[in-house]
Amino acid sequence: MRSLGAAAALAALLLGAGVAWGHAFLERAEPRVGSTVKAAPSQVRVWFTEAIEPAFSTLEVVNQVGDRVDRGPARVDAASPAVLQVPLKPLGPGTYRVKWRVLSVDTHVTEGDFTFRVADGP
Amino acid sequence: MASRYLTAALAATLALCAWPALASAHGLAGKRFFPSTLTIDDPFVADELSLPTFLHIKQPDGQVTSIAGEFSKRIFPDLGLTLAGDWNLLDPANGKTESGFGNLEMTLKYQFFTSAVHEAILSVAFGWEAGGTGRKKAGAESFDVFKPAILFGKGMGDLPEALRWLRPFAVTGIVEGVVPTRSGNKTFTLNDDGDLEVEIEKNPNVFHWGFAVMYSLPYLQSFVKDMGLPAVINRLIPLVEIDINNPLDRGFAGKTAGTVNPGIIWAGKYFQLGLEAVVPINERTGKNVGIRGQIHFFLDDLFPTTIGRPLFNW
Repeated sequence: MRSLGAAAALAALLLGAGVAWGHAFLERAEPRVGSTVKAAPSQVRVWFTEAIEPAFSTLEVVNQVGDRVDRGPARVDAASPAVLQVPLKPLGPGTYRVKWRVLSVDTHVTEGDFTFRVADGP
Repeated sequence: MASRYLTAALAATLALCAWPALASAHGLAGKRFFPSTLTIDDPFVADELSLPTFLHIKQPDGQVTSIAGEFSKRIFPDLGLTLAGDWNLLDPANGKTESGFGNLEMTLKYQFFTSAVHEAILSVAFGWEAGGTGRKKAGAESFDVFKPAILFGKGMGDLPEALRWLRPFAVTGIVEGVVPTRSGNKTFTLNDDGDLEVEIEKNPNVFHWGFAVMYSLPYLQSFVKDMGLPAVINRLIPLVEIDINNPLDRGFAGKTAGTVNPGIIWAGKYFQLGLEAVVPINERTGKNVGIRGQIHFFLDDLFPTTIGRPLFNW
């Protein structure tokens, strides 16, 4: 019984809310990672697993030759501190790369990139 | 014996925890997250706790059940110390069941190369199994064993676009020398006639190597293609670990033993869960499939301002 109590206390300590934050990993994005969309999006939104620090977090979108096509800088959604978004210039058909680098509220830095494609024609 | 073990473990743990520190990061190279593998050592330096790692397997000379713990602490951002120990229950084919702690093991690891673009990690390590800190009847040796090693990790995220479905693959591995400080153990017994008999058990030098091949569904979801996988599935990392020991001398040369360990890891925010089958590669290793399970905590995420940071951020 005593060992059970100790195990429960350890579990509570390690898993307890309020003491822990994690790395901010990409949870989902809009347009979705690796997707093909028919209509050119007006913005890119990325949902992270943790709240991020706006001043030290970036989100850029480039076309196939590496030119920026976003109207940055990116900003954190006022209603959701785990969402980073950036408006886009009008996009033509083609493949675009989204590059992000964020600082979570506990100072862990994570980075990544993904592509989406805007389909040809209507 | 047990008190020496506990005293050494406690002193080292307190010394590691007592210092404040400044920086962060775990198992990451660029956008690659390397999970902690269950069987072979990890190539990265981190603040992590594996507790417990459970193993049960039937070997040629008996059945083994082991419960192990491993605490890794960064001293500097790229230099870490690992403290490991285990408790073993040995049920030999001939003889009575024995249990007790194995020897305490300490490993100093330096991650000297990290490439974010190529998702690559290289490190060197030096392990010291402190002889006599465990219970001899439970399999602990009375002599020290040194373990110099080179470890690596490589993600496939730099493959060309045409091979993007292969980008979630990663491999980690270890090449290690296992060097006992005593070439053999002498055991003196009296036979039925009252004569003294000397039995010598040889301790060979061993070339230990292993690797893990894994396919990361979190990587697939976040960087290649959002497949719409459900919540639990999208955190899974199926893997296979190969773990081989090649004795080099003292009558054991060529007597290779090892296991193939297919399994799966679920990686959450603060901890990961792992489960593997332990499949012997030959009859020398065993005929029965064992099982290994692990709970592994990311201390840098759980306690980012205290024990989850390097002691010195130089």
